[in-house]
Amino acid sequence: MSGHISPKSTYYAIFGALMVLTAITVGVAFIQLGSLNFPVALGIAIVKATLVILFFMHVKYSSRLTKMIVGMAFFFLAILLLLTLTDYGSRGWYASARGSATAGTQVTVTGPTAAKRPVEADAK
Amino acid sequence: MHADAHGHAHGHGHEHVHHPAHQHHFQTMEQQAEAATLGMWAFLVTEVMFFGGLLMAYLLYRVWYPEAWSEGSQELNIILGGFNTVVLIGSSLTMALAVRAAQTGWRKGTIVYLILTMLLGLTFLVVKVFEYKEKFDTGHVPGPNFHFEGPFEGAAEIFFSLYFGLTGLHALHMVIGFGILSVILWMAWKDKFSPEWYTPVELSGLYWHFVDIVWIFLFPLLYLVDRAHNVV
Repeated sequence: MSGHISPKSTYYAIFGALMVLTAITVGVAFIQLGSLNFPVALGIAIVKATLVILFFMHVKYSSRLTKMIVGMAFFFLAILLLLTLTDYGSRGWYASARGSATAGTQVTVTGPTAAKRPVEADAK
Repeated sequence: MHADAHGHAHGHGHEHVHHPAHQHHFQTMEQQAEAATLGMWAFLVTEVMFFGGLLMAYLLYRVWYPEAWSEGSQELNIILGGFNTVVLIGSSLTMALAVRAAQTGWRKGTIVYLILTMLLGLTFLVVKVFEYKEKFDTGHVPGPNFHFEGPFEGAAEIFFSLYFGLTGLHALHMVIGFGILSVILWMAWKDKFSPEWYTPVELSGLYWHFVDIVWIFLFPLLYLVDRAHNVV
C-alpha cells in the first residue's frame, strides 16, 4: 500500500489553522454584523471542514474517483438545503388560487398552550 | 488475463510475496486499499445526508423562530462548547498522527496516538455529560417538564429538541468511534499493521474526522450564530 505520507508539520499547521479559525468564529459571534453573522460563521465552518477533508482525510492525495464521491456528498447536501429553503422562503409570495395567501404561512408558537395553527376561515 | 493471479502466486515462481491481508479478488494491495477507501467514503456520503436532514430542520425552524433561536442559543455554555471544539480538533490531530505512525510502520506511535485520541474523545463526552446535566437542572430538556422563561417557550422547546437531537446523535457517533478505535488499538497492539497494510487505521481515521466535521458545524450553528442578535 503506497498511500501518501504527509509530513508531521502539515498536520501541525492544519491544526494551528483550525484553532485560529475557531478563535475567529467565537470572536465574531460577539460582534453585531446583522445578517452577516450567519454567513460568516457558516463560511468559517466550511473552510475548517475543507481543511480537515483535504489534509486530515487525505482527499487531496486521493484518486479522482474518491474526490468525485466526496464532492457528490456536498452536491446532494446543497440540493437538500437550497431547494427546501427556496420552497419555504418563497411561500406566500403569490396568492393561492382561492384568493388568499394563507398557504404555507408560518405558524407562530408562543407557548405550549397558546396559538394553535390558525384554522382556515372560509372552509365552506 | 493470466489465470495465475496474485492469490495463487505461491510456488509458481511469482516474485510477489502474498500479504496475509491481501484478498484474492483484488489484483494489488493498492487496488484493495483504493476500493476500501471508496467504500468508506460512500458510507460517509450517507452520513452527510443523515446529519443533513437534521441540519435542514434546524435551518428551517431557525428562519421561522429567530427570537427563540437567539434566546435558546444564549442558554448554551459557550465556554464548554468552545473547550470541546478544541478537544475534538485536537483528537483529529492525534488521529491523523496515529494513521501516519501506521503508515510509517511505527507501532508504538500508532498505539500512543490512538490512546490519546480515545482520551480526548472521552474528555469530549464527559464535558457533554456536564452540559446535559445542566439542561436537566434548568428544565431545558424537551418533554412534560420543559420550562423556558419568556414568551418563546414553545419555539424554544423546538430549539432544544434539535439541540439534543443533533448533539445526541453526534455523541452517539463519538461512542461508536470510541468502540471502533478500541478494536484498532487492540489490532495495533497485536502488531497487525504495516506500511503495506494499515487500511483499518486509515478508515477509522476517516470516520473520526467526519465526526469532527459534524461538530465543526454544530458548534457555530447551535452556540454562536444567534448570539450577536441580543447584543443590540
